[in-house]
Amino acid sequence: MNFLAPELMLQLTMLVPVLAIAGILLTGRSENVREAVSIIASLIVLALVIGLYQNFTAGVPVAVSWFEIMPGLSLSFRLEAMGMIFALVAGVLWLVTIFYAIGYMRSHHEQNQTRFYACFALAIGSVFGVAFASNLFTLFIFYEVLTLSTYPLVTHAGTPEAKKGGRTYLGILLGTSIAFFLFAILGTYFVAGTLEFTEGGVFPAGTSTAIGGALLVLFVFGVGKAAIMPFHRWLPAAMVAPTPVSALLHAVAVVKAGVFTLLKVGTFIFGLDFLNTLPTTDALLYLAGASVVIASLIAMRQDNLKKRLAYSTVSQLSYITAGMLLATEAGITGGAMHIAMHAFGKITLFFCAGAILVTLHKTNVSQLRGVGWQMPFTMIAFLIGTLSIIGLPPTGGAWSKWFLLSGALEADQVVIMGVLMLSSLLNIAYLLPIPVLAFFPPADGAARPAIKEAPLPSLLALSFTALMCLVLFVFPQPLYELAASITN
Amino acid sequence: MIVHLSVLQVIIPLMAAPACLLLRKRELVWAFATLATFLTFAVSVLLLSQVMQSGAISYEMGGWEAPWGIEYRIDMLNAPLLVLISGISAIALLAARTSIENEIPENRHSFFYIAWLLCMAGLLGITATGDAFNVFVFLEISSLATYTLIALGKDRRALWASFQYLVAGTIGATFILIGIGLMYVMTGTLNMADLAQRLPEVENTKTVFTAFAFFIVGVCMKLALFPLHLWLPNAYAFAPSIVTTFLAATATKVAVYVMIRFIFDVFGFEFSFTHFPLQEILMTLGIAGIFVASIVAIYQDNLKRMLAYSSVAQIGYLILGISFASQTGIMATLLHMLNHGLMKGALFLSMAAVVYRLGVANLSQMHGIASRMPLTMAAFLIGGLSLIGVPLTVGFISKWYLVSAALENGWWPVAAAILLGSLLSVIYIWRVIEVAYFKSVTESTPDVKEAPFSILIPLWILVLANLYFGIDTSLTVSVTQMAAADLFGGLR
Amino acid sequence: MEFLGLFNYWVVVILMMIGFYIVICSNNLIKKLIGLTIFQTSVFIMYISMGKIEGGTAPILAEGVTLYSNPLTHVLILTAIVVGIATTALGLAIVVRIKESYGTVEEDEIHAKDKKA
Repeated sequence: MNFLAPELMLQLTMLVPVLAIAGILLTGRSENVREAVSIIASLIVLALVIGLYQNFTAGVPVAVSWFEIMPGLSLSFRLEAMGMIFALVAGVLWLVTIFYAIGYMRSHHEQNQTRFYACFALAIGSVFGVAFASNLFTLFIFYEVLTLSTYPLVTHAGTPEAKKGGRTYLGILLGTSIAFFLFAILGTYFVAGTLEFTEGGVFPAGTSTAIGGALLVLFVFGVGKAAIMPFHRWLPAAMVAPTPVSALLHAVAVVKAGVFTLLKVGTFIFGLDFLNTLPTTDALLYLAGASVVIASLIAMRQDNLKKRLAYSTVSQLSYITAGMLLATEAGITGGAMHIAMHAFGKITLFFCAGAILVTLHKTNVSQLRGVGWQMPFTMIAFLIGTLSIIGLPPTGGAWSKWFLLSGALEADQVVIMGVLMLSSLLNIAYLLPIPVLAFFPPADGAARPAIKEAPLPSLLALSFTALMCLVLFVFPQPLYELAASITN
Repeated sequence: MIVHLSVLQVIIPLMAAPACLLLRKRELVWAFATLATFLTFAVSVLLLSQVMQSGAISYEMGGWEAPWGIEYRIDMLNAPLLVLISGISAIALLAARTSIENEIPENRHSFFYIAWLLCMAGLLGITATGDAFNVFVFLEISSLATYTLIALGKDRRALWASFQYLVAGTIGATFILIGIGLMYVMTGTLNMADLAQRLPEVENTKTVFTAFAFFIVGVCMKLALFPLHLWLPNAYAFAPSIVTTFLAATATKVAVYVMIRFIFDVFGFEFSFTHFPLQEILMTLGIAGIFVASIVAIYQDNLKRMLAYSSVAQIGYLILGISFASQTGIMATLLHMLNHGLMKGALFLSMAAVVYRLGVANLSQMHGIASRMPLTMAAFLIGGLSLIGVPLTVGFISKWYLVSAALENGWWPVAAAILLGSLLSVIYIWRVIEVAYFKSVTESTPDVKEAPFSILIPLWILVLANLYFGIDTSLTVSVTQMAAADLFGGLR
Repeated sequence: MEFLGLFNYWVVVILMMIGFYIVICSNNLIKKLIGLTIFQTSVFIMYISMGKIEGGTAPILAEGVTLYSNPLTHVLILTAIVVGIATTALGLAIVVRIKESYGTVEEDEIHAKDKKA
């Protein structure tokens, strides 16, 4: 891919998915061709992202500006470490999820698959827009496109329940983004005169900390995708979507776009120094801590597997939000790494949940006893994902949690340290029993049923992501270097 | 020829209207009216470019010098509005021939075009003239034509709506007449520029206060400021769809223009905002209008009616911009006038397409309609996004400046109110999107085809304008910026 | 004396209120239009009386006359009267159509019929 100029590659990451939509719509009649289009597009995008990564490590600055709407308001993109991490994660997982989705959607006999793949591609395209945006305005646009393009995916089933979930989803995400996020953007523009992501923040010296603090509150609540309580309800509501959607969008793309935005805002709009002086930082930090714990407690009470995973996501997202609010370098590094680590761990769990659903038609935790004997690969993958979410070696989650902890230590936030520890315990309590129970003998003492695994493409996908959780433990170096270079 | 441009753009439609009577065939009338309108549009574009190059143009009617004769004055403030009025009118007329086929009996088609031309001539006249009494005359020309146009609606309730509007409109116009009369008593002049010079000498008299109050209330009636908006929803809902398209995009904007002209230019900024609690009144009514009308809009089944309430809400934004009493505020109002013209034009025209096929625009009969009329509903979607204020559409630009103006004044709660208003518009637009796109087609969905190209093409011209001016804002922003600077020129 | 000096304005105000009252309170559309006309006429009278100057004559150049009434207000109001008549005519035309399609010109009956439909 090195024969392409890096600027072109950056733009293509957004344009290829959009072109793929046209291809998907045109080839909608033939399933195989349509899926081939999706796969080819995601392969190209992955190659582009890797090409960009090579450029980035070589230190080539990449920046593109499309047009300027008003003076100081432009649609432009720039390659930077945090965006690179997010783009790599999204690029890799899109390909994997397409494979998974092919197996899942076909064996589940879903309707409207063409619309599904088209919206999926649009969502991914906008994720790259979010990842590479060089200012808040551009980020906001793609953030909204992401919301709108995922709505048809959430309501895919078309049942009244799905519609209700879809309304909650859209209502909270769009509502917070217009009422708070846009307001915060306008306020920032008014106070600072620019929305460009700048190292050390954009607010001029001497900006009132009261206004800064108010803006921070607006940002944290406005980025509804980060699902901080009390604006987390959309995430469990979105679980009515088909599992590939829940997996990629609500464990990776959408929610990560939220915390990614917060990390960006914390680092490049406020700047860590200014963040430290704001009166509301600590309060929000404790709110994030409370979100971590409360969401975990709610997760324990969920019998529906996907709902349990959703609340677990709410809890894990607040780790990253807290990482930003700690306003230390280790916190940011940990937060950025956790974007990747949690993505691989959680997508594995969702893949497994979907695999169980299509193969055995089981959705509740209480039905899973003995399932491990039927679906051994799936449940082993589930175990690995669980370990990564808890943050235990030998999985990647251990590293990001380590950095978050040291960030809390650096900031003297003993409470947050306590929260992180407690949350790990709670994770063990609500996640670990699932794979363990699965390998118990079936409840009624019946004979072990024969092995009946998930469709092959799905199985390959979930094995790959589980493997990645392990790989990231052994080779965290490239990721760490990227994450550490954010604040340098 | 060039020197007469300022008056030509009023004269052309005014003369074309009776000329239509001579043409027998309705196709011919349509072609003639459209031609005249496009000519007017060309004239107003020429005028705008001329004003941008060399400043305001003054034209003395019949060669009589200004304070005695009637002056036409085209400057940065009204030139863009002239382009909007004639432009929307031209685009809407393109679609009119098809659209009225099902909505107006054939034998009345010629009258429809005549009334249309007169209405347009009136609106252009109000905008172009520099004479206070002339404003009244043209206001009545356009109003009378409007009552006729509304009464042409096929539902009999259109008659009642028209009558209601006639009573309300006449009272408003009479108030304006009283205001103008009292101004004349105090100054002995009707020329706006002259008035602006002489009013300060007598500004502390009760008569001038009374004149101001009557005038503003009269204009508020015309522009349907909440709570004087009661005539508007019925009028817009029952008028022929194409008429609604034209009126919604232009008529209230012209009234807002008159308000701005008199508050800032004739009476002067200081008089208006120091002697009266105008700021508080306008702000309160503006915000109340935004919220009440938006909430009512959420509960409408008839989409034309829903959009009509949305118009009342949007007028709230315009008035809010005025109430900021700052250069940015006025600029935001002017921008929103143009932008709202574009978005409401697109939205109502898409409803015209729906009405053409379905006969009505009731949400309850539109389940899954997007699969039957994809282009029409896509246009509605984009227009709706623009109304909400999504980035890359014109709506975002106006909201951006409105909020900036609020922040400039330090009115953070008002800025928040503007955004909350957007949220309400999300709700009523999304209701439609959900029904049209995500409900499956049921038996109650009429079996219809996509709208004909004669409506789709004008519709998409407007939709693309919504997108274009949302991305390349250099023209609209610079024009309104200059206009706002002109209005505040004396103050800085 | 001030009261009497403003005599013409009192007439205007009283007429205006009478007209306004009829417009609001009358149930019959024709009566509404009559009220509207009275309302407008009051303003015409205001304009006409404004231009009159005590002892002034018509503005025609004649020997020995130096005091003229202001003709402009009268000219203006000619226009306004024309407009007023047009409005009334249009209003009546609409009322005729309403009568044709509703069979009544009473406001409450029209509302009742619309509700039923």
